[in-house]
Amino acid sequence: MKLYEVFIRAKAGLSHKHVGSVHASDAQMAMQNARDLYTRREEGESIWVVDSSQIVSSNPADKAAYFEPAEDKIYRHPSFYPFDKEVKNI
Amino acid sequence: MYSQGLRDSKAGDDSPELLEAFQKRIDAEEKIEPRDWMPQAYRKTLIRQISQHAHSEIVGQLPEANWVTRAPTLKRKLILLAKIQDEAGHGLYLYSAAETLGESRHKMYQDLLSGKAKYSSIFNYPTLNWADAGAVGWLVDGAAIMNQVALCRTSYGPYSRAMVRICKEESFHQRQGYDIMIKMANGTPEQKAMAQDALDRTWWPSLMMFGPSDKDSTHSNQSMKWKIKRFSNDDLRQKFIDATVPQAEYLGLTIPDKNLKYNEKTGHYDFSEIIWDELFEVIKGNGPCNQQRMDARNKAYDDGAWVREAAAAYAEKQQNNKEVA
Ligand SMILES: [Fe+2]
Ligand SMILES: [Fe+2]
Repeated sequence: MKLYEVFIRAKAGLSHKHVGSVHASDAQMAMQNARDLYTRREEGESIWVVDSSQIVSSNPADKAAYFEPAEDKIYRHPSFYPFDKEVKNI
Repeated sequence: MYSQGLRDSKAGDDSPELLEAFQKRIDAEEKIEPRDWMPQAYRKTLIRQISQHAHSEIVGQLPEANWVTRAPTLKRKLILLAKIQDEAGHGLYLYSAAETLGESRHKMYQDLLSGKAKYSSIFNYPTLNWADAGAVGWLVDGAAIMNQVALCRTSYGPYSRAMVRICKEESFHQRQGYDIMIKMANGTPEQKAMAQDALDRTWWPSLMMFGPSDKDSTHSNQSMKWKIKRFSNDDLRQKFIDATVPQAEYLGLTIPDKNLKYNEKTGHYDFSEIIWDELFEVIKGNGPCNQQRMDARNKAYDDGAWVREAAAAYAEKQQNNKEVA
């Protein structure tokens, strides 16, 4: 049995969202198990299952190096550019 | 359900700096996610608690399964089946959450089957008449909801998310149980007597589901500090009693406690001292149905062996075909 991660799209217009995992011997069984386990109450209209070992993820230890530089790039935010009140609709 | 028989967690060999940084995150209400650093004892406590919780959901299917073939109407049968299927789902959500901590579901499940792992003792009581299906939903799921709502804000992300899913489904369980109780309590005198009998037998075990009194609960402190657990056993028990007594009155049934009385001063119901000796016997394995429950789980697992083997053989064949093509 392999571990598969399950992603569900609640309705058209939304993206798929991670909901949990299932065990299955192959992708088809993973799909069926995901349906039984995660959509008993109309929680979705589309399912993705992904072999867990195929997921590449960032390392929590690299969090600072990866994500913190954004904090000193405040010029990326609109509030970095204050104008006089006379300037409207911008 | 809730966890039972947790031992006191010790801090282990983790460095004081890391422990302090971790505690800071907890205090700031940050959720801990699977690949974050965490103290060994935090991980161990969670694996034990979540897996016991999962086992309880799985074994919890059995008392009600007793009534599936004898449900009084097709509608009740369908409802009961749906409820039991939910409980299997709850078990799987929880095993899935525990696996993110590095424990395999296979190992956890083997521990259940061998009798090494604990599950909630409430499921070692028999369901003797149809009203038990009602009392279980109303009281057992009702008590479980109190615990589970409190756990939705637990500090470990995957556990918290599993609890949110579970809580959404539990309300149906409690309401369908109470619905059965309403029918029985307003039926013939015999039916009403069955409802009262089910309440008499289920009441005290339900109160014990919240675990020992705070003054006797050794493992609570560290779990509270790490926000694995967020409310004390006694607080949750009181909340359950306060919510449930008026529901029993509405049914015209009597809660089997002659000291049960609303206390104007505290705004809560006073109740008798709980007699724990019986529960400890059940935990030790001497409850009315311990053996029966374990036998049923083992039989189900063994009977399913050919399905697992067939699925594995099929997957392997598909894989080989792909490689040839
Ligand atoms: Fe449940
Ligand atoms: Fe339930």
